[in-house]
Amino acid sequence: MTEREKPHTFVLYVENKPGVLNRISSLFRRRGYNIESLTVGHTERPNISRMTIVSSIGEGAAHRVEANIYKLVNVLSVEDVTHATTISRSLALIKVDAPEESRHRLMEIVRVFRARVVDLAPRSLIIEITGAEDKIHALVDVLRPFGILEMVRTGQVVMRRGVQESSLPKGAQDDPRPSQQKTGPELTGADALVEAEHPGSV
Amino acid sequence: MNEQSSHNAAPRKLTGAEIIWECLERLGVEHVFGYPGGAILPTYDALTRSRVHHVLVRHEQGATHMADGYARASGRVGVALATSGPGATNMVTGIATAMMDSSPIVCITGQVGSTVLGSDAFQETDITGITIPITKHNYLVTRADEVASSLREAFQIAASDRPGPVLVDITKDAQLGICEFDWDAAAPRAHRQVPDFFPAPAKLDEAAALINESQRPVILAGHGIILSGAGEEVRRLAETADIPVALTLLGLGAFPASHPLNLGMMGMHGEAWVNQAIQESDLLIALGMRFDDRVTGKLNTYAQKAKKIHVEIDRAEINKNVHVDVPLIGDLREVLLRLLPLVKPNRHSEWWSQVHVSKKDSAVRDIQNLPDSGHLYAAHVINDLWRETKGDAVIVTDVGQHQMWEAQYYHHEKPRSLITSGGLGTMGFALPAAIGAKFARPDSEVWVVVGDGGFQMTMAELATIVQEKLNVKIAIINNGFLGMVRQWQEFFYEGRYAGTPLLSPDFVKLADAYGIPGLMVTQRSQVVPALNTSRFHAGPALIDFRVEQEDSVYPMVPAGADLQAMIRRPTPLVERPTDD
Repeated sequence: MTEREKPHTFVLYVENKPGVLNRISSLFRRRGYNIESLTVGHTERPNISRMTIVSSIGEGAAHRVEANIYKLVNVLSVEDVTHATTISRSLALIKVDAPEESRHRLMEIVRVFRARVVDLAPRSLIIEITGAEDKIHALVDVLRPFGILEMVRTGQVVMRRGVQESSLPKGAQDDPRPSQQKTGPELTGADALVEAEHPGSV
Repeated sequence: MNEQSSHNAAPRKLTGAEIIWECLERLGVEHVFGYPGGAILPTYDALTRSRVHHVLVRHEQGATHMADGYARASGRVGVALATSGPGATNMVTGIATAMMDSSPIVCITGQVGSTVLGSDAFQETDITGITIPITKHNYLVTRADEVASSLREAFQIAASDRPGPVLVDITKDAQLGICEFDWDAAAPRAHRQVPDFFPAPAKLDEAAALINESQRPVILAGHGIILSGAGEEVRRLAETADIPVALTLLGLGAFPASHPLNLGMMGMHGEAWVNQAIQESDLLIALGMRFDDRVTGKLNTYAQKAKKIHVEIDRAEINKNVHVDVPLIGDLREVLLRLLPLVKPNRHSEWWSQVHVSKKDSAVRDIQNLPDSGHLYAAHVINDLWRETKGDAVIVTDVGQHQMWEAQYYHHEKPRSLITSGGLGTMGFALPAAIGAKFARPDSEVWVVVGDGGFQMTMAELATIVQEKLNVKIAIINNGFLGMVRQWQEFFYEGRYAGTPLLSPDFVKLADAYGIPGLMVTQRSQVVPALNTSRFHAGPALIDFRVEQEDSVYPMVPAGADLQAMIRRPTPLVERPTDD
């Protein structure tokens, strides 16, 4: 069962209730899977939150996690978007050691990366950058020789490209307790278990 | 009638505690298995004004197993009740047992007042946190007006889809609080009442084509058949296409043992010819089973020649252990009803003769066919029990050697006639589960088949049997060892019996202390008379069967070995010297 591991990105719509995050993270924990990043926030619908979870696991493991997340009562939909065309962004704040003599070069780097300086202190500055993971990686690599004093990153948020709507069931916004219809993992390839056009899915 | 009146009656003001009982009554609950305590006291006080029958258990683990036994014997939701803290944590084993075997139970626990939640108050424990991985869902209810909707939803979740346990933790202030009770407004969300996925016609065609073309098919019949009530459809499938049916432990009874197409039990202690047939098969049709490791043995040598069709309600089971070619997700009965018209009548005489050849070797190794050595073997006891009860009893087993012998030598014809802890393998399950089963099926003969080890884990529930005047019969298969572990030590640890020799009290005297008539049996000739003395006694009875101490369950596939690599009973049987 040694599978090649790669980062898998799951997008979830969940009820905004206490304990929901615990139920979801528990599914990763019991299998010994590490969560690389996790973001939660409000959505266009009241009482419904959206999560983006990134975990480095094998393909089979990803299917199992997805199927088990789907079974949770408070989860309205779950989708593994790893193989979909998506826009992915995260934000980083990077505090860099910035004595007088290196400031000019740092400003130049900030300009090239389309980042921003959001704080300027006598010996340091804070750079804010938003972008895909690899862009942030690249900036961090360039800044490291200057001395990174502190860094915080938000974790990824992901959205599918194109006209696709969210995979949230219709009518969910009208009912504060919405789970009339749930949408589950989209099953592809060898795991195309059921008809593709099941109701409520994207 | 309840539904009727609920429409007319104006909403009434009730306490949360009163709402609990009101809801249970409306949900059709007749018996609740419970144990009182501080944080659940308001609910016990309101019990005095309820029609629901409360069964006082001797340990909260017993309450959960009783609810579980009740659910398995009846198909209805079983209910257990306990207080906060230790009351709740004592339920954990029973909840995990129900989770592993997809048994619908609802556990209601009291909780400290909502204002002191998280303050390490007396008898506070985070039971919703503890039970997240072992429940389908759980609730922390902190207000009286949330009680009704939580309970209604809990019952629905427990019983729907793949059934399982749900826990509802209700704070003391929620039990004491007063609110308007409106049954209709508390209707549960339609949380996937019906499976929302049905196999596409193309998938059904694919499955039917595999079945129609197969030369050596085997049906793997599991617990899902019983849960879905699909026995008749499975029989039609097997008969139409002439397919041998192998059963999992929890599937026993799903397909009649006496049916000519029944092969027997598969897996670690399954019949050798069954496992051989699976390994030789070109098509496995898995119906409501989950390819447990006790069933498959080593995965990369499991049924290599076979294509696999998997009919399963829980998509998370698909491709979990064994890669399947055609998964069909949905309620088993619904799927089979769609599949059956596509299956062509067929005969597999060549395949059957192959199976029959491998059967012959097993017959001479069966202890039933070996000369009477004067020793008492568990297999004899259980086979006699089957014969005397004509296979009509509800048998509730514990876990270990006796459980496997029961599966081998008691032939189950009907669903829900064997109640046993399969997935979790919970010792101590049998006695309390049998109490639950008896409440569910008061007109059935209920037998506990239990080892001397497992019996001592929950034997306090003997008092519950007596207090409730229950007619439950108990057969202790007493071999002076924790037998299954001893067997593993004999086979795999060079006979070093660490922690397995077991001293027991005089079970007959123990029974006597509870006012239960007891008998001890040491010889084969005493088995049938003792069984019948107990059977025709109008009340509980206990028999202490002193069986061969170091007998082993054969055949056996060692854990993680190839399914065909079975350890067989030596023949002719080599007797071991006994202690006397």
